[in-house]
Amino acid sequence: MSEEKKELITTEDAIEGRREFLKNVCLTGATALVAGPASVSAAVEAASADADTTVAEFFQGHFVLMSDVEKEKAIERLEKRYTAKYEKKTTVSNVPAPEDTLFGYALDISKCIGCRRCVHACVDENNQSRNDPEVQWIQVMKIPKGNFAFSADKLEKGYPETSQFGDYGVQVGGNAHTRVGGIGTEEAQSHFDDLVTPDNDHFYVPVQCQQCEKPPCVKACPVRATFRDSAGVVLIDYNWCIGCRMCQLACPYQARRFNWGEPNLPKEEMNPHTHYFGNRPRMRGVMEKCTFCAQRTREGRNPACLEACPVGARKFGNLLDPESEVRKILATKRVFRFKEEFGTYPKFFYYVG
Amino acid sequence: MRKIVSFAADFGSYAIKGGPKYYAWLLFLIGIILVGCFTAYRQLTEGLILTGATDQIPMELFFANFIFTAHVAAAAVLVVAPGYFYHRKDMKELAVIGEIVAMVFVATGITFILFHMGRPDRLWHMVPGIGFLNFPNSMLVYDTIVLNVYLFLNMAGITYLLYKKYIGEFGTKALARWFTPIIYLAIVWGPLIHICTAFVLSSNARITSWATAVLPFGFLSMAGASGPSLIILIFLLIRKHTKLQINDSVIDLLSTIIGWSLGIIMLVFAAEIFSVLYSSAEHSASLKFSMFGHNGLNGYVPWFWGTMIALTGSFIAITIPRIRKSYDRWLPVLCVVIFMAILIEKPMILVFPAFSPSPMGEYTEYQPTMIEYFNVLMVWAMGFLSLTLIVKGAIGILTGEVKHHKAPAHKPEVHASTVPSLD
Repeated sequence: MSEEKKELITTEDAIEGRREFLKNVCLTGATALVAGPASVSAAVEAASADADTTVAEFFQGHFVLMSDVEKEKAIERLEKRYTAKYEKKTTVSNVPAPEDTLFGYALDISKCIGCRRCVHACVDENNQSRNDPEVQWIQVMKIPKGNFAFSADKLEKGYPETSQFGDYGVQVGGNAHTRVGGIGTEEAQSHFDDLVTPDNDHFYVPVQCQQCEKPPCVKACPVRATFRDSAGVVLIDYNWCIGCRMCQLACPYQARRFNWGEPNLPKEEMNPHTHYFGNRPRMRGVMEKCTFCAQRTREGRNPACLEACPVGARKFGNLLDPESEVRKILATKRVFRFKEEFGTYPKFFYYVG
Repeated sequence: MRKIVSFAADFGSYAIKGGPKYYAWLLFLIGIILVGCFTAYRQLTEGLILTGATDQIPMELFFANFIFTAHVAAAAVLVVAPGYFYHRKDMKELAVIGEIVAMVFVATGITFILFHMGRPDRLWHMVPGIGFLNFPNSMLVYDTIVLNVYLFLNMAGITYLLYKKYIGEFGTKALARWFTPIIYLAIVWGPLIHICTAFVLSSNARITSWATAVLPFGFLSMAGASGPSLIILIFLLIRKHTKLQINDSVIDLLSTIIGWSLGIIMLVFAAEIFSVLYSSAEHSASLKFSMFGHNGLNGYVPWFWGTMIALTGSFIAITIPRIRKSYDRWLPVLCVVIFMAILIEKPMILVFPAFSPSPMGEYTEYQPTMIEYFNVLMVWAMGFLSLTLIVKGAIGILTGEVKHHKAPAHKPEVHASTVPSLD
């Protein structure tokens, strides 16, 4: 155990009390099954040299439910740990969401060229695992434009083959199996290595967390580690997440990313300007996702993906402010939500500019 | 207090006594567990990256096996219910074996979930008081509650019954007072754990092959086929190798239950296949991927058709009285086939293909790793080891071989009639 950790344990009296309580709980038979294995793995965790969570951090509660003093201590602990680990002065902010704000995002699919600069700007800003695996919060769908495979040769093809009505192939095959371009995902690819974009036969739709007003992930989380803040952004307390991945099952946008292994974040690439619910470095076995760059937007700046977009396809703003760009887009453009049929009411809007 | 100590000591010492085959079986399981200790340590220290799970298929073999253990645990009520609801004398004695199966398989399922968790060390976040439960929204919360309550109910019931029999105080009066209510509650609770587990899956609207109202019914019918298959195998072994009598009527009732359950499974699959494929709309993509593959990606296709053939074949076979009554030969083989078919159905048809196409329209196949296989084997070995030991000890008490030295002389149980009496 390092000097730093010892110090932390001795100074955290309140934490000590909670530990005692947990110990007592472990001893009672009724909850032994739930808490028993937890205490065993806790011991393993504490003994391991690669101490990602210090003991004090291990026993901290849900950040939202903490008192101001507890919050301060938690932040202090994290700053100390990150500063030591990444060898640079790291700040973990706890700036609350601005009042009278509902964040919204609009993306012009007619402008997007599929360059994926937003994807990489996001990775650089938000301290994701860099390699093996690289975690990306934005996925860009590459969808074929109008597929003009209608053909006179197929007029008499497909099943059923012959019909006295002349309606060949109304069940399977023929021209019925010819798809045309659209926002449908059937022909979409999200993993493509094109060095030169746009490919003129395709159009591009970036997908990230849609910050739903009715988020199915929040409903599914058994411990409320993920929740919606007052500005409408769905956030995660990385220290409270138990890694059950129910939210990942619930999300219709595949926007959530799991840290399957220890995140691989090189010191020199780490962004030291962090927020507790935003881009602070995550640990193994917890969920993460787009937060509309909480560390930026809570301080009145734009998300990193917006700043990186070379064609200005991305717009961000306050949905409650009638003068904001997003509101004007909603008022004047042809706007739609992705996968509207799931009834999640995203605050991420796509429009045709 | 002394009685409890001697109960534990006598129970334990009887459980670990047996012939060479018994020891070979125990050593085999312990060997698997020892190998599993290493792979489990690797996974606990390095994370789930050592399994085949990805952000597209986040549910691994552990989750698939958990669903299967819930099948078996829920099905154990089928042994308990006839004795207590229909007063079948030939089954009332055996109810405790059913409860042991339920208890062990719930515990095995919970162990699978511990392997599934990204942060098993943070499970205390789910303990009310020090943690936070997202009640009543999260389906996983319901599942956690019902599984733990079921485990506790069965644990209490088994310990009480065996202890009372051990000290020779097990009378009908004590039975009626609070043991019977616990048993009745456990019988109702059995299907409940399974319905909750089905809802954990079917509550995810985006996984179209799970978000179907037929899922709980499919689960219960699969429970009715896989659980009794295992219990028949256990009963056949018990009556061959121990003094505990198990009548043919018990085995026949269980094989009848398997037959009906297999019939319902076929109906459930047929209903699902029809309603999805007739319109062949967006919802059919996942099932079509299972049945026919997608652009050459067809790893699940043989498993799908293989399982369908195994289930249909077993259904036909179990309707033939000569096979059903062949207790030494064909029935055990059939039971193994049904058990394995439903076990394999879980990952290869229910769980993995459900994630293709993904919300982004992509198809993929799951690639399990060796570490994952060994961890799954270890959990199974732990389950079967505890099942073997607890069932063995229970048999000692049920046959009267294990009893307290002050206990009254053991009265042999009445097993005279092979015909069930409905009194």
